[in-house]
Amino acid sequence: MFEEYSMAELTDILFMQGFAGLILFSVLVLMALGLAIIFGQMGVINMAHGEFMILGAYTTYLTSHIFETYLPALFDGYFFVAMALAFLVCFALGVLVEWGMIRFLFKRPLDTLLATWGLSLILQQSYRTVFGAREVGVTLPEWMMGSYAMTETIEVPINGIFVMVLTLFIASGVYFLMFRSLWGKQVRAVVQNRPMAGAVGIDTGKVDRYTFGIGCGIAGIAGSAFTMIGSTGPTSGQLYIVDTFLVVVFGGAQSLIGTIASAFTISQSQSTLEFFLSGSMAKVITLLIVVGILMLRPQGLFALKIRQ
Amino acid sequence: MQQRSNIRFMSRQEVLGYIMLAVILLAIIPLSLDVFRLNLIGKYLTYAFVALGLVLCWGYGGILSLGQGVFFGLGGYCMAMFLKLEASDPESTKIQSTPGIPDFMDWNQITELPWWWEPFRELPFALSAIVLLPTLFAFIIGVAMFKRRVGGVYFAIITQAIAAIMTILIIGQQGYTGGVNGITDLRTLLGWDIRSDSAKVILYYVCSAALFICLLLSQFIRYKKLGRILVAMRDREDRVRFSGYDVANFKIFVFCLSAMFSAIGGAMFTLQVGFMSPSFVGIVPSIEMVIYCAVGGRLSLLGAVYGTLLVNWAKTIFSETFPELWLFAMGGLFIAVVMAFPNGLASLFKRYIEPKLPAWYSGRAIDSKAPILETDSSIETGQANALGSEENIGLSKSLTKPEAGITVVPRTDEKLEGGVYVD
Repeated sequence: MFEEYSMAELTDILFMQGFAGLILFSVLVLMALGLAIIFGQMGVINMAHGEFMILGAYTTYLTSHIFETYLPALFDGYFFVAMALAFLVCFALGVLVEWGMIRFLFKRPLDTLLATWGLSLILQQSYRTVFGAREVGVTLPEWMMGSYAMTETIEVPINGIFVMVLTLFIASGVYFLMFRSLWGKQVRAVVQNRPMAGAVGIDTGKVDRYTFGIGCGIAGIAGSAFTMIGSTGPTSGQLYIVDTFLVVVFGGAQSLIGTIASAFTISQSQSTLEFFLSGSMAKVITLLIVVGILMLRPQGLFALKIRQ
Repeated sequence: MQQRSNIRFMSRQEVLGYIMLAVILLAIIPLSLDVFRLNLIGKYLTYAFVALGLVLCWGYGGILSLGQGVFFGLGGYCMAMFLKLEASDPESTKIQSTPGIPDFMDWNQITELPWWWEPFRELPFALSAIVLLPTLFAFIIGVAMFKRRVGGVYFAIITQAIAAIMTILIIGQQGYTGGVNGITDLRTLLGWDIRSDSAKVILYYVCSAALFICLLLSQFIRYKKLGRILVAMRDREDRVRFSGYDVANFKIFVFCLSAMFSAIGGAMFTLQVGFMSPSFVGIVPSIEMVIYCAVGGRLSLLGAVYGTLLVNWAKTIFSETFPELWLFAMGGLFIAVVMAFPNGLASLFKRYIEPKLPAWYSGRAIDSKAPILETDSSIETGQANALGSEENIGLSKSLTKPEAGITVVPRTDEKLEGGVYVD
C-alpha cells in the first residue's frame, strides 16, 4: 500500500495523521480523566459521562451566543468564560446526581451502571427537547481559526494546538489535585479504606460527592473543548462513551499515567490506521486490539500493585 | 439435608405460573388480537429469550453482559442469510448485473458470493449455525475473561465494547452484511411464504413453544445443583472456589447458555419480522434488553417474559402517541427499577398480590416459604445446599464439614447492605 507515495510524502502523511491523532488524543484524555477519577477512585460506572460532556458543549454553545449578541467586544475571550461555566454547570449537576442517586448504589456497581444509563437517556431527550435534534456548532473567535504552516506540506490547525495545550493544563491540574493536595489525599484515603478514613475524621460522603462532581466538571471542560473541533448533537456523547471506558480500563483503572498512555495508544493507532483503511475498519481493528490485550492483561497497562 | 426435601422441580405456585403464562400466550393473546398485533407480540417474545438468558446469567450467575445484542444479532443474521439466499435465486434476481447473489451485494459491486455465505444455502447448516456460532463466540469470550477472573464491571464494559465493534463491523462491511439497512426483503422458508397471515400465526406459536422449551430448560437448571452453585458463586465466589469448584467453568457455561437463548430469539425475530439489521446488535439495544429482565425481576424466569412484554408494549404505546416522552419514561424506568424495585415485578407480585390469593394457590403453608432463590433466606439455603450436599466432590466434603455447621452460617449483614435481595 506504500508504493504510490514517496518517502518524504509518507513522512508528512504520518506527521499529519499523527497530529490528527493528537487532537483525538486530547479529547479522549479530557473525557477519560473525569471518568478515571470517578471510576478509578470511586469504582462507580458513570454511563452518563458522555452526556455530561455534551452538557459542557451546550453550555459553551449558549455562552458563545450570549457573547455574540450582547458582548461582541469580548468575543475573543468568550471561550475561557464558557469553559469555567461548563465546569460549574457539570459540577453542580454531578453533585446533585451523586446526592440523589449514586450514594445509594455504592455497593452495587452493576446497578449504578444501569441507573446512570437511565440518566443518560433522560439527559439526551432533554437536550433534544431544548436544543433540537440537529447538531449545533459554535463560532470560533478569529485567533483560533486558520492553521499554522510548519513546512510547505505540513499544516497544523490552531484550534487543535489550543485543545492540546488545554489538555496538558487540565491533566497537570488533575495531577496536582489528586497527588499534591490535601483533598486528593483524602480521596485516596477513602478509596483505600473507607471505614478507616471515616474514623480519622474525613467526611467520606462529602469526599464522594465532590469527587463525583469534579469528575463530571472535567467532562464539562472536555465538552467545551469538543466544540472547538466538532459539532454537538444530543447523541454525540454516546459515540464516545465506549472509547472512553476502554481508555480507562486499558490504562489501568486507578492510574492517571495509564489513562494518558492508553489514550495516546488508542488515538494514535486509530488515526494512523484511518489513513490506510476505511474509518470504520480502523476503529474496529483498534478496538479489537484493545479488547484482545485486555483479555490477555485484564488489569490494564499500568496496574497498581495491590493485594487482591 | 433437610432443606433439600423442600426443593422440588417446581413449586405449586410455579406450576400455576407456567399454566397461567401458557394460557395467556397460547390462548388469550392469539384469540383477542388481530394478526398485525399478534405478530408484534411475537416480536416482543423474541426479546424474552434474551431476557431469560439474562435472568440466568445476571440474576443467578451475577454476570452482567451488555453485549447480548451481539448474540441476538448473530442468530438473526444466520437465519437472515439463509432466507436471503433463498430469496435471491437467479430467476428473481435476473435484473442484477450478477444474478443469484443477494441484492445488496450487487449494489456494492460484488460479483461473487463470499465463501462464508455459501454454506448458508443449506437449512440444516443455517439452523445449527444459529445455535452453535453465537455459543462458540460466547465460549471464546467466556474462556478469555473468566479464566483470568475478569468479572463485574470489567466484563460489562468489555462486552459492551464487543457490541460496539460488531455494529461498526456490520455497518462498515456493507457489501457482505447489508450495512445499516441490514438484510431485508426476506420472503420464503423452503418455499413457504413467511409473510402471509397464516404463516405469521404459525410462527407466533412456534416462537411461544420455543420460549417454553427455554423456560423449562432454565427451570431445570435452577432446580439442579448447577443452579445452586451459580447462586452460591454470585454471593460468595471465593467460598465456592475454595470448596473445590472451578468457578470459571460455571460462568462460561451460563454465559454460553444465555448467548444460545439470545441467538434463538434472534432467529425467531428474523422469521417473524422479515429482516435483520445492526440496530438490534449495538450497545443501545443490548442495554435495553437488560431492562426487560430487570423490570420482570432479575431472579424470576417467568418475570422475564412479563417484563419484556410490558416494557415493549409500553414502548409501542408511547412511541405511537408521545414519541418524545418515550426516552424520559425509559430513563425513569431504569432508575426506578434499580433504586426502588431491584427485584422487579416478581417481588411486587410476591408482596402485594400473592397474599391476597386464595389458599389453593399457595398449597401447604410450608410451600410458601420454600420456593427456591426468591427470598433472602432461601438464597442462603441454596448456598448451604450447594456447598454442603453429599454429591460434592471429596475435597469440599473434607474441607467444609457441613455437619459442623461451618458453611451454613448465614451472612445476612452484607445481604442487607447490598439491598438487592431484600424485599
